[in-house]
Amino acid sequence: MIFLELFFTFFKIGLFTFGGGYAMLPLIQEEVIAHGWLDSSALVNFIAVSESTPGPFAINISTYVGIETGGLFGAFCATLGVVTPSFVIILIVAKIYDSFRKNKIVSGCMSGLKPAVVGLIGAAMLSVGETVFFGESFSLSAFTSPAIYIALAIFAVMAVLAFKKVHPIIIIAASAVVGIGVSFIPGVTI
Amino acid sequence: MEKHKFRTAMQLFTVFFKIGAFTFGGGYAMIPLIQKETVENKKWITDDDILEIMAIAESTPGPIAVNSATFVGYRVCGVFGALMSTIGVVLPSFIIISLISLILNQFQELRVVKYAFFGIRAGVLALLVKALWTMFKKCPKGIVPYTIAVAAFIISGILGVNVLIVIVGCAAAGLVASLINAKKSDGGAAK
Repeated sequence: MIFLELFFTFFKIGLFTFGGGYAMLPLIQEEVIAHGWLDSSALVNFIAVSESTPGPFAINISTYVGIETGGLFGAFCATLGVVTPSFVIILIVAKIYDSFRKNKIVSGCMSGLKPAVVGLIGAAMLSVGETVFFGESFSLSAFTSPAIYIALAIFAVMAVLAFKKVHPIIIIAASAVVGIGVSFIPGVTI
Repeated sequence: MEKHKFRTAMQLFTVFFKIGAFTFGGGYAMIPLIQKETVENKKWITDDDILEIMAIAESTPGPIAVNSATFVGYRVCGVFGALMSTIGVVLPSFIIISLISLILNQFQELRVVKYAFFGIRAGVLALLVKALWTMFKKCPKGIVPYTIAVAAFIISGILGVNVLIVIVGCAAAGLVASLINAKKSDGGAAK
């Protein structure tokens, strides 16, 4: 039953990801691709859509995956799933705030989770990079096509802009313009 | 339910709807807006509460935005307030993405859109590299955290072990390391 599957998958994602922004990406990537709900390039495309629309990435992606696989009710189930663990846990923590903050087990686990998230996002980036440069999976023949070098060049320029604190939406828009420009270069296929 | 409480909960809904509708990039980008709306404008909570909320939101699972909305809502107006704030912060995303999904699939097949996304994917990778760098800078320094980060990267990215297992394993490793540390400093103090 797709609705229950959506609810429980996103419940798991909501329950096991700590930290903001892209901390959820590794688990979302694993689950969504394993279920065959999105392929890896659709997922990377959607990261751009989520950056260009308001709201948290977690809510945006659960709504999108839900609606793609189960329509509006699917979106509802997936979003409810990702929100429920937060909601329940925060209500409990709000009541026992002081003992939670001072708890040695909580702070001990957090000291492992913070660096883990960095390592996991690094790992998620590895497969995003594979998607960006090679399409669905790594192949040596990709190096004979000019597309991979163009992608590398776009990546390098945009990384410099990102570190210069250019707004993400401007980076996405600029990347789109360059991508469209590539379609006019004869002999380049993506 | 009291009339006053109901009205406050409705205000929470409106405020968090606005926060959800006008912040791009989620979580941390929302904190300044939450501060402005709930501390400066509505005077529901104080600046100290905001720091507390950030600390809590970071050390509990789930999206920062949902955690903060639930926490503020509960502080101001109990469980009903928490519910209305959370619905408020989620609803804009839900509506906007539902609408976008209607057109996204049709447009994705167009040649020009395919090329646009070819460029965009490279740009997204650049944004992720920047986000990773920012997170790395905020991460605790030292041999233990660096080892955990590298181990998580290798075990998940190269060996392909399930992300959940890595998360639980790293939490356990952090706990053990901190307990050993605590014992060491206790022993040192005793001498």
